[in-house]
Amino acid sequence: MSELTAVAMSGGLDSSAVAWLLSRAGRPVVGLSMLLWDRSTETTHGRCCAPLDLGDAKRVARQCGIPHYTIKMDREFRERVVDPFVDDYLAGRTPIPCTGCNTWIKFDLFLERARALGAERMATGHYARILDGPDGLELHTAADAAKDQSYYLFELTQEQLAASSFPLGDKTKPEVRELARESGLLVAEKGESMEICFVAGGIREFVEEQVAARPERFAAAALGRASEVVDRAGSVLGTAEPYYRYTVGQRRGLGVAAGERLYVLDVNARENRLTVGPERELLASGLAGERLHWIGSPPAGEIEATVRIRSRHPGVRASIRPGAERRVEVEFETGQFGVTPGQAAVFYEGTRVLGGCWIESAR
Amino acid sequence: MSLAMGAAYFDNNATTPLDRRVLEAMLPWLEGRHGNSSSVHRFGQAASEAVEAARERVAALLGASPAEIVFCGSGTEANNAVVFSCGRSGGPSGHLVVSTLEHPSVLAAAARLEGEGLAVSRVAPGLDGRVDAERLLAAVRADTRLVSLMLASNELGTLQPVREVAAGCRARGVPVLCDAVQAVGKVPVDVGELGVDYLTLGGHKFHGPLGAAALWTRGGAHLDPLLVGGGHERRRRASTVNVPAVVGLGVAAELAVRELEERERRLAALRDRFERRLEAIEGVVIHCASAERLPTTSHLAIEGVQGETLMIRLDLAGFAVSTGSACSSGVVEPSSSLLTMGMSEAEALSSLRVSFGLFNTVDEVDALADALERQVAELRGAPAAATSDV
Repeated sequence: MSELTAVAMSGGLDSSAVAWLLSRAGRPVVGLSMLLWDRSTETTHGRCCAPLDLGDAKRVARQCGIPHYTIKMDREFRERVVDPFVDDYLAGRTPIPCTGCNTWIKFDLFLERARALGAERMATGHYARILDGPDGLELHTAADAAKDQSYYLFELTQEQLAASSFPLGDKTKPEVRELARESGLLVAEKGESMEICFVAGGIREFVEEQVAARPERFAAAALGRASEVVDRAGSVLGTAEPYYRYTVGQRRGLGVAAGERLYVLDVNARENRLTVGPERELLASGLAGERLHWIGSPPAGEIEATVRIRSRHPGVRASIRPGAERRVEVEFETGQFGVTPGQAAVFYEGTRVLGGCWIESAR
Repeated sequence: MSLAMGAAYFDNNATTPLDRRVLEAMLPWLEGRHGNSSSVHRFGQAASEAVEAARERVAALLGASPAEIVFCGSGTEANNAVVFSCGRSGGPSGHLVVSTLEHPSVLAAAARLEGEGLAVSRVAPGLDGRVDAERLLAAVRADTRLVSLMLASNELGTLQPVREVAAGCRARGVPVLCDAVQAVGKVPVDVGELGVDYLTLGGHKFHGPLGAAALWTRGGAHLDPLLVGGGHERRRRASTVNVPAVVGLGVAAELAVRELEERERRLAALRDRFERRLEAIEGVVIHCASAERLPTTSHLAIEGVQGETLMIRLDLAGFAVSTGSACSSGVVEPSSSLLTMGMSEAEALSSLRVSFGLFNTVDEVDALADALERQVAELRGAPAAATSDV
């Protein structure tokens, strides 16, 4: 038998295009969808995993002439992605659940399931490239810089890269849409899903709903309680909404009058307190990171690289100093605004993703 | 990989292929002949005659009288009708007894009535897949309005002590619903012998068409129609009668009467052959193997192998089986009836249901056993066979 490839199908344009490309190439392909967030009992739903989208995945699979199955992984998704997302907000961080979903669900459990079904490889609609390098497999940015998703994939391992393929990595989004149109794919005109897939409305409402629904899981003493707003010197300036509704760098919704514009500098979950100050105080010279990961072999010591501190950040040159227990210190060449705990700092050399870490605090 | 269209079908408990003889009887009513069986003119009369002939055939299959047969659209509808009719007669209190093996069309209807204020007792089967009659009867109270026990489990194939339960309920004056959807056409079903008050069946489970089912009500048993809006079916089920499907159901019933013994023998031979072949696979457990069960069903678990994974692998290899009862959204959940009978979640998730039908052949059964053996070996990490049918 020739090698069976599983395509992770969400019902969106990109993964549908992957299924089409592989099925046209005449290779054995099976379409798999994950039911991650069962909203069958809710009246409103977000974009991902809405019954409609999984229906689209099935219809596209039929169009491609490939078998398709839906795998229920909602319990795992809740434990590994959604609950930690809520935990992060409650701890005063601003998480990016997509990375965790890639690391813990798509390229871990889901890949494992695909292999159990007899698949040797898994193809996804991610915009990133996997290239052979002297030091093993390398993860690179997509050809379409505007669509690049390499930032969200920094935690992948050699083993995961070896089992994965990103057929859209060297295509641009307009090319993919054109391909879908030419092939008459049912989802050719479908829009982008930019929101967090499991959050239908506002994030703050989502967090509060989750905590209220399972108080035994989430300890949140300050739920719904006004936070205290202080300046760097500790003087109380007033009160604001509960701390978890704010993110570092936020200006709006503070409701504190001052001579100059004030920004959130720090979110203190334990004290339900926001520290605010002028914009210049947001400028960080570096960051402290945790859960450091290298895609290739770890460097011997300190290295220089370009660091992106959020998905749309253009990047800044920095010194990266790995420490003990997967901790790391990153020092920017020039100060950066918006170093936000809970986001990832991803290290690049040119187009290559070297690795990254999770931001613990600004320096 | 392309969709395996020439796949061998071993999911006959979900639905069965239509018997050609049934199809031939239906065809004139799909092309050429038409008429609303309620109409007075000759078209209507001809349709009505065909429907009544079907009613006689279905009645004959059950040892019933034709006037006691109500044609419905599905087994679900028939079960819903009985549960709601009995549960809602006599005010907002009352009590129902159901086994946890029951089909969702009984369980969900009971749950809805529970929301309306009724009490519901749910009685679980033992690990032999059989509900204990004494335990079920012990749950009956003075205000019990209905006891529901299926004749054969759709998942396990195990036969239930319906006769004993019905006898006990009769003594207490409590009506009994027997969902016989999975049993009819596979084992003898006689309403007089069972002694129940309501019995339901569906055509597509025994090589008849989809969209035709029947509800038998003992003469004089109360039935508030679920559907209202016309005098059809002696005011027991409003809707224009689905004449082609009902004609097909009638023929399927007649064939079942004629061929029942031979069918039982043939199906049991296929099942036994399959189960003997499974002995070659290490860690196979056939659930409820020593219980009285349908000749159509093998419910098994393979140690360390997820049922869903195996089901998908078999589908890719061209064999359609099931992991238990199919879920409407196409994803697999551990079966609640298996959990209530005391299986662990892991055991329930590792189970696989293979259900045989009249059109399965010995060669297909052998090929399925081969494929199963090969897939299990691959999953357990043995070197994959050089040639595979995937």
